[in-house]
Amino acid sequence: MNIYVYVLRRILYVIPVLLGVCLIIFVLFNLVSPDPTLMLLGKHANLKQMQELRHELGLDRSYVVQYLDIVKSAFTFDFGRSWSTKQEIIEMIKNGAIPSLTVTFPAFLIALIISLVVSLFVAFYRGHFLDRAAVLVCVAMMSIPSLAYILFGQKILAYDLGFFEISGYEHGFPAFVPYVALPCIIWIVLSIGPDVRFYRTVILDEVYMDYVRTARAKGLNEKVILFKHILKNAMIPIITWVVIQIPFLILGALLLESFFGIPGLGGITLNAINSTDFPVVRAMTVLSAVAYIIFSVITDVLYTLVDPRVRLK
Amino acid sequence: MEQVETMQTVVAKVDNHKSKSLWQHAFETLMKDRYAVAAITVIGIYALIALLTGLGLIAADWSKEIGPSYAPPSADYIFGTDIFGRSVVAKTLKGAEVALSVGIVTAMIAVTIGVFLGAIAGYFGGKIDEVIVWFYTTFSSIPYIMLIVAISFILGKGLVAVYLALGLTSWENLCRVIRAEVMRHKDREYVQAAKAIGGGDMRRLFKHIIPNVLHLVIINFSLQFQTAIKSEVILSYLGLGVQGRPSWGTMIDDAKLELARGVWWQLAAATAAMFVIVLAFNILGDALRDALDPKLKGKS
Repeated sequence: MNIYVYVLRRILYVIPVLLGVCLIIFVLFNLVSPDPTLMLLGKHANLKQMQELRHELGLDRSYVVQYLDIVKSAFTFDFGRSWSTKQEIIEMIKNGAIPSLTVTFPAFLIALIISLVVSLFVAFYRGHFLDRAAVLVCVAMMSIPSLAYILFGQKILAYDLGFFEISGYEHGFPAFVPYVALPCIIWIVLSIGPDVRFYRTVILDEVYMDYVRTARAKGLNEKVILFKHILKNAMIPIITWVVIQIPFLILGALLLESFFGIPGLGGITLNAINSTDFPVVRAMTVLSAVAYIIFSVITDVLYTLVDPRVRLK
Repeated sequence: MEQVETMQTVVAKVDNHKSKSLWQHAFETLMKDRYAVAAITVIGIYALIALLTGLGLIAADWSKEIGPSYAPPSADYIFGTDIFGRSVVAKTLKGAEVALSVGIVTAMIAVTIGVFLGAIAGYFGGKIDEVIVWFYTTFSSIPYIMLIVAISFILGKGLVAVYLALGLTSWENLCRVIRAEVMRHKDREYVQAAKAIGGGDMRRLFKHIIPNVLHLVIINFSLQFQTAIKSEVILSYLGLGVQGRPSWGTMIDDAKLELARGVWWQLAAATAAMFVIVLAFNILGDALRDALDPKLKGKS
């Protein structure tokens, strides 16, 4: 298949997927969800009030119109207003994106570097005691629930020892650092386990390939083989794994943000969940799905550019 | 004379060796792996605890007040008490019931959907395949956490909502894997042979191909199981979890208010209980993959 045709097809495939995502969101929020007016007005609602509220929220329009509304919002990012704060949702998202990124971006970058270094080190000593110990530590770290890290981390490092701010946020570059430091560290600790394990598996998948045996037969030393030959080939799954995480950086760290009082997108989403704020939860779902779809297209296209083998399929 | 092996014994030996199926081989590999045996034992103990609490034989009095509110761990109260003076040990034991049932039911839902859709897509191909691929691509485009939140938000609180929210959101990966594997199998000789003797599509697919891809399900099952146990905590934290009975999720959720007062034992007990079983499932999952995945055979 011609590469341009492939790329074009891949990009066009976004449309049915996006329509499908909107359909799922529509079915969940507009079709099968319990009547939100009942939740908003509480127990003492009368029918007239409910009718008026339904009209105000646009819930009395036909299902087709409501569905198309969601589809439209996926392209225009016009999500309407929040039910509880009456703010424009897109404004809320704009304000929340920066605080979210100040936590997730540095954490993501540091975690990436640490886990790559550790996994290369571990792969170099494969089968050795060090390797097995590292894998065991990773698995053990992954077995602790994330909430436990957050709760214990906040209690011990911020509350008892006072190394970090307990919660809160300030805008502007140096001002936010003490507030985001601990959430960053917890994010890094949370991601090192699965990351190292994944990178190690990917690298070890390559170790048994014929080209590695050839390289070794030529008399190249292990370090050259590992860094020049194996790492290059292992890069594709690693890049996919990394790029696919980027949409989640935008979405923010749901739990971390709410615990540390960071006014990011994760915190907004959690508040919306707690206050039955359908449009906000729906907007965040649409937004994260759109980001995911865009980034998965980017990875697929990158794939074809980097690896000629993919094109043959 | 006795030393000479007759042809028959040699043949018998070879036959013996050959007759080892994937499952037998896997079972033997697993039993040789000390970690895997330990993991199975741990899971067995948890299952036993869950069964006994379910039958009301142990920890039946978890809701009884046994001491003062927030009594720290001591000889009288091994892991302390919670706000209502209930034993944290009893609650932790009772929590195993919720955790294991969430794990099993969720994994069953996910496996049923994943295997069924994946098998049909892989076997029939064409339009059916396209629709199913579209379906799981769509599903997996919505971040997992938003999807479980949205579903449980809509279904309301309670155990059934937890089962459904987690089960309905975790089948895509298995579906993808099964589809690819069924595709590889559908033109093999054994399937053609089944066709030649008159086996219909459904018979070929479910009687012949599915048993040959079942090892992927087993590997996936242990992964689903521990993901479900971990996700239950997040749902509980969001106030969407189990109501009216103790679960590790609600215990950890309670801790967010307790920790500031220095009450750490409820969080510690629930975390430790979860840590041990999730670790066991992690180790078992790895061992199962090593034992059952023929591609890995012979690799260290």
